[in-house]
Amino acid sequence: MTKPKTPLLDQLEDGKWPSFVTEIKQAAQKSPMAEDLLAQLELSYHDKIGHWKHGGIVGVKGYGGGVIGRYSDRPDIFPNIQAFHTMRVNHPTGWFYKTDALRKLCEIWDKHGSGLTNLHGSTGDAILLGTTTEHIQPCFDDLSAAGFDLGGSGSALRTPSACVGPGRCEWACIDSLDICYNLTMEYQDQIHRPMFPYKFKIKISACPNDCVASIARSDFSVIGTWKGKIIIDQAQIATYATTDLDIQKEVCDLCPTKCMEWDGKTLKIHDGDCNRCMHCINLLPKALRPGKEKGATILIGGKAPIVQGALLSWVIVPFMKLTPPYTELKDLIVRIQDWWDENGKSRERLGELVSRVGMRVFLKAMGLTAVPQMVKAPRSNPYVFYWPEEIEKKEVK
Amino acid sequence: MAKTDIGPLDYKTMLPPVISRNYGKWLYHEILKPGVLMHIAESGEALYTVRAGSPRLLSTDHIRDICDIAEKYCDGYLRFTSRHNIEFLLDDKSKIDPLIAELSSRNYPVGGTGHSISNIVHTQGWVHCHTPATDASGPVKALMDEIYEHFTSSTLPAHVRIALACCLNMCGAVHCSDIAILGIHRTVPKPDNSRVPNTCEIPSTVASCPTGAIRGDMKNKTVTINDEKCMYCGNCYTVCPAMPIADPENDGISIWVGGKVSNARSAPKFSKLAIPFLPNNPPRWPEVVDAVKNIIEVYARHAKKHERVGEWIERVGWERFFTLTGIPFTDAHIDDFDMATETFRTTTQFKWG
Repeated sequence: MTKPKTPLLDQLEDGKWPSFVTEIKQAAQKSPMAEDLLAQLELSYHDKIGHWKHGGIVGVKGYGGGVIGRYSDRPDIFPNIQAFHTMRVNHPTGWFYKTDALRKLCEIWDKHGSGLTNLHGSTGDAILLGTTTEHIQPCFDDLSAAGFDLGGSGSALRTPSACVGPGRCEWACIDSLDICYNLTMEYQDQIHRPMFPYKFKIKISACPNDCVASIARSDFSVIGTWKGKIIIDQAQIATYATTDLDIQKEVCDLCPTKCMEWDGKTLKIHDGDCNRCMHCINLLPKALRPGKEKGATILIGGKAPIVQGALLSWVIVPFMKLTPPYTELKDLIVRIQDWWDENGKSRERLGELVSRVGMRVFLKAMGLTAVPQMVKAPRSNPYVFYWPEEIEKKEVK
Repeated sequence: MAKTDIGPLDYKTMLPPVISRNYGKWLYHEILKPGVLMHIAESGEALYTVRAGSPRLLSTDHIRDICDIAEKYCDGYLRFTSRHNIEFLLDDKSKIDPLIAELSSRNYPVGGTGHSISNIVHTQGWVHCHTPATDASGPVKALMDEIYEHFTSSTLPAHVRIALACCLNMCGAVHCSDIAILGIHRTVPKPDNSRVPNTCEIPSTVASCPTGAIRGDMKNKTVTINDEKCMYCGNCYTVCPAMPIADPENDGISIWVGGKVSNARSAPKFSKLAIPFLPNNPPRWPEVVDAVKNIIEVYARHAKKHERVGEWIERVGWERFFTLTGIPFTDAHIDDFDMATETFRTTTQFKWG
């Protein structure tokens, strides 16, 4: 077989950063699918347009998602990628691997697919890129036998993801890994069988640094936080003061609430004014630690622009203690999903639904009490709705 | 019949013993040098992390190479980050330098820590997506080649998070990045009246449009588009495959700046439009690479220590951002979607640029 000529893509093998073109070429040594992918991509680089057809429903027995159908729009030139479907494999929480697991994944994928992967895709799954319709079920059978399962796609609960949390980080206020794994196992049915108005994402970050972008990228955001005083080790503060770090300028002056005082010897924090932004703790990890009473802030509504514009998640529960089996958390998730499922229009994300009907309606349905922590500011318009039972009625005789 | 609903492999079986022993009991960490973290546990034990960049799109043979390295230096334990980096996890400090030497000899960039530019979160693009307005891997590779030294060093005012999404669906959720590179369409989708009747559900296609630009034509079992109302989001195409929107001459890339996710100092915020349109110019997208490099360089020169891109811009003002970067301001920069008036300047307080 003659190798496809790829003068445009070849230029992306120059330069210091590792090249995806080299990866495709490496896979193409073994896989005719990868070889056709390379040639089709070269055509896209020439035509400035994608050459994949829209959709196509494929799947494995018992599931309604986890496989994304993909077909070339030029099967006449690239017969080996006429079908080139994606399989989403739920990653081990925190993206921790032992090499034997990765090797097994590679072995299965070489047997059934193109040999190309994404580690990892945007939802967090390990993405197996490109297989034929005939190979989907056998590939899943082999994955399942090796202990792997598929992640979510379509109008389902998408694969939950979490930051590294207590696995490595001293700032973890919650066990993000255990919560993520626990919810993933609890909601297997919702992940594998799309039954919602649209996608639903859960992401768990163990502190307000939010390393999995939970606030921007999930309908249901769990972000670790604490109550009480930041724990200070003044001896370590003194050590930091001898380094080139300027405690006044870099720590106190950049504190958003100006709740810190530094007299050159002692660091004082007025914890009542602190909004737990993490800046001082980030800069002085040896000297400062989150307070002892740990839990999470629960926020909802985050999403990318489609359909009605992007949203950042907003606070609905300022503080929730999170210990196994996470009953309170799961109760809230189920109540929210049921309400959304009942009231949401097709392809309406949770944040868009709450935005359409109002927080007032949402809070009542959830049994949550309005608190100032939920808003940046109270409303400035006078268009206030009242529930009928809040209004005194005169008896009409 | 394969077992279903078994869930992912249990992460607890994937943790290196030093993590299992010290789980949840970490005391502090230090960045020993770019790409190398040391985490100290309450027990006094240390965990070392060596972070390396990756193209995200990996062949199985390459993954096996990564496994070889992890087995040689880390007893086979590694992890990946949310920005597609590979992290080798060690408990033996003496293995760090030999590991880095081997990674360097195999052309892995080591870095992505501290005040650096870490790997670019990105999407599938022309490699594997049906709705892209641009490629993803190509622009990322072209840009990372040019800003490579910002990955392997830590000399910026703060970390700069760059993300790329190849259409408005934003699988990569780029909308809260210091610098976002976003593929955009600029022309109205064209309903194929021969295919719409058999391929698409008219009511859901009509409902998919955020601006109400689509009307049902029940007589001909198709839809019509009010061109003036269409803002080219491509949402209808997601619902109805028979109205393609891709346009090689007019699709391209927009650049957005100043978003962040972390709550540190200022609240999380969206990225805002810096450059409405740059052409798709494969294979190396020189206009995009130059534009992003310019923003990084101006930021590096003017921001104070620890200031993220958005914090710097808010301190100096957007009007000054456009002056400093030399980026032209146009009517495309002024919002005209829902809530647009919230972004209008309702004060006489502004700078002259």
